[in-house]
Amino acid sequence: MPQTVFAPWENPDEKPLIQFRNVTKKFGDFTAIANLDLDIYAQEFFALLGPSGCGKTTLMRMLAGFEMPTSGKILLGGEDIAAVPPNKRPVNMMFQSYALFPHLSVWDNVAFGLKREGRDKSEIETRVSDMIRLTRLEKFARRKPHQLSGGQRQRVALARSLAKAPKLLLLDEPLGALDRKLREETQFELMDIQEKTGTTFVIVTHDQEEAMTVASRVAVMDEGRLVQVSTPDRIYENPNSVYVADFIGDVNIIEGSANQTGDKVLVNWAEGHSPLVATTAAVLQKDQTCYLAIRPEKIAITAEQPDAANVVQGEILDIGYLGNISTYHVKLPSGHVIKAQSANTRRIARRSFTWEDKVWLSWSDTAAILLER
Amino acid sequence: MRRMSGFNIVSLTFGLAFLYLPMLILVIYSFNASKLVTVWAGFSTRWYGELLRNEAFLDAALVTLKVGVISSTLATVLGTMAAFLLVRLGRFSGRTLFSGMIYAPLVMPDVITGLALLLLFIGIDMDRGVTTIVLAHTTFAMCYVSVVVSSRLSSFDTSLEEAALDLGCTPWSAFRLVTLPIIAPAVISGWLLAFTLSLDDLVIASFTAGPSSTTLPMKIFSAVRLGVSPEINALSTLMIGVVAFGVVIFSILSKRNTALKLQEERDAVDGRT
Repeated sequence: MPQTVFAPWENPDEKPLIQFRNVTKKFGDFTAIANLDLDIYAQEFFALLGPSGCGKTTLMRMLAGFEMPTSGKILLGGEDIAAVPPNKRPVNMMFQSYALFPHLSVWDNVAFGLKREGRDKSEIETRVSDMIRLTRLEKFARRKPHQLSGGQRQRVALARSLAKAPKLLLLDEPLGALDRKLREETQFELMDIQEKTGTTFVIVTHDQEEAMTVASRVAVMDEGRLVQVSTPDRIYENPNSVYVADFIGDVNIIEGSANQTGDKVLVNWAEGHSPLVATTAAVLQKDQTCYLAIRPEKIAITAEQPDAANVVQGEILDIGYLGNISTYHVKLPSGHVIKAQSANTRRIARRSFTWEDKVWLSWSDTAAILLER
Repeated sequence: MRRMSGFNIVSLTFGLAFLYLPMLILVIYSFNASKLVTVWAGFSTRWYGELLRNEAFLDAALVTLKVGVISSTLATVLGTMAAFLLVRLGRFSGRTLFSGMIYAPLVMPDVITGLALLLLFIGIDMDRGVTTIVLAHTTFAMCYVSVVVSSRLSSFDTSLEEAALDLGCTPWSAFRLVTLPIIAPAVISGWLLAFTLSLDDLVIASFTAGPSSTTLPMKIFSAVRLGVSPEINALSTLMIGVVAFGVVIFSILSKRNTALKLQEERDAVDGRT
C-alpha cells in the first residue's frame, strides 16, 4: 500500500511557512548569523542543532522577534516580519528557563496569553482546560510554579506557549533541565502533541539524539552557518562533511588521498597498507585529499581474517561496555585507533575478545562515506 | 541554641542600653503626670490628650504626613525608573557616572544638600512651602529607593518579560502584569524607607521650609529650645512608634525579598542541571 510520506521540502509547489533570505545578524564585531537561507514548512518539527555559540538561539530569537536581523529578510507565510513586534507575531516560544510567572498559578500562567487577546471568559476557560488536559496538569492547576517539579514546570511552559494556538512554536532547549528518562518520555510526548495540534515546531538543541528523535528535519549549524539541512537518517547516513559526521553520532574518520575508477574510489591512507575502498557519486581528482567516515556499528570485529572489501588488523586497546552493546577501540599498526561496535548477544562472561587481543576489522565498500571536506 | 557567655551578656546589655535607654526614658516620661519633666509624679496619659488639642502640633503633623506620602511616592516612581535604567540598559556611555551620581546624595551631608536646594529655590524664585520640602525630600529619598529596587532587579530573570511580550503583552503591560508584581516587595520597602526618612528629616526641611510649612521635627526642635515639655515627650513617643512600625515592615519585606531571591536562584540552578 503506498503511503504518503510527510516531505513538503521535496515538493516544489509547497510554500514554506518561514523563509530566511540572506539573513545576517551581527552583535558589534561578532557575526552570529552569516548570510543564511533557510525554508521551514508548515507542520514540520524542525531542529536546529549545533554546539553552543553556533547561532541557533539567535536564529530562534529572531523568529520570536527579540532580535532584529542586521540585514536580510525573514518571511512568515510570505510576509516580512521584521517590523512586527514580538507581541504581534503568531509565534510563541517556550523558554529554556521556562520563564513561568512565579506570582501566578498554573491556570493563570496558561490563561495569560489568551487574556491579553481579550477573548471572552468561557472561551478562555475551555481553551485553558483543554491545554491543561493535553499536558496532564489537571491536578496542579491551582498550584504556583515553585510548588511543581521540573517536569511539571516544563509541561506548564508547553501548555502556556500552545494556548494561543500559534502558527509556529519555538522551543529553546526545552528538555535540558530534565533527567534522561523523563527527557526521553517527554520527547515522545512532544511529538505526540505536535501531531495532535498540527503546529509547526522549531526546536533548538545541542543534544543530537534529541534532534534525531523528534525532528522531521535537522539543520546542523556551525559558526553562524548551516552546514547541512536534511532528514535525520540522511544526516546520519549521508553527512556532507566531516563536521556533520563527527557531530552526529560516533564516527571513525580516516584521511587519505583518492584514486577514482568509476564509482569506486581507492583511498591511500597509510604507508605499507593496501588502500581502502569506498563508493561515491562524486568525481574526485587524482590524489585529492579526502576523508572516509565509517560508523562504528558498520564495522565487524572478528578473530579470523574475513572476506570483505576492507580488512585491517589491529590490537584491542580498550573496551567500552554499555550493556546492550560494546565499543572496541582497536589500534592499527599505522597508529590509527578505530572504534567498532558490536551487539552483546552473549553474556559478558562468554565475550570472544579481551584487551590486547589481535583482531580483524572489516567493512563493505558501501559502509564508508567518502567526504571531500 | 548556644548559651551566651557572661561577657556576651554584658556587652549585649550595654550595647542595647546605649542605643535604647534614652528613648526608653523619653517614652516613660511621656506618661508622667507632672508638668516638670524630670520629676516623676505617677502614670498619666494626660499629655497625649493635651497634644491632641494643640493645633500647632497637629498642623505640623499634617504637613509632615503630607510631605512624607507625596515625596516618598514621587521618590519611589523616580527611584524605580532610575534603577531600571541602571540595571537593564547594560553599558551605555556615562553609565558609571550616572550610577555614581545616583548614589552620591546618600553620603552627602544634609546641610549641604539643604543649602544647595535652598539656593536653587531662591535662584528660580520659588516660594518656599510644602512643595519645596516635597521636592527636597524626593531628591534624597529617590537614591535610597533606587538602591533597594536595583538590588532586586539585578536578580530578575528578563526572560519573564520576554515571555510576557511573547504572549501578547505590550512593553507597558508586561511591566504592569509581570515585572511590577514580582518586584513589588522591593518597591514597597523602598517606599517605606523613603517615608521614614522624610519623617525623620530636620535639617533639609529647615532649609527648604517656608513660614507656613513647619514639619513635626522642626516644631519639636523649636519647642525644645524653649524647654522640654511633657507634650513633646508624648509627641516623640508617637513618632518613635510610627518609625518603628515602618522599619519593622521594611525589614519583613526585605527578608521575604531575600527569600524569594534565594528561591529563584535555586530554581535557576535546577534549571541548568
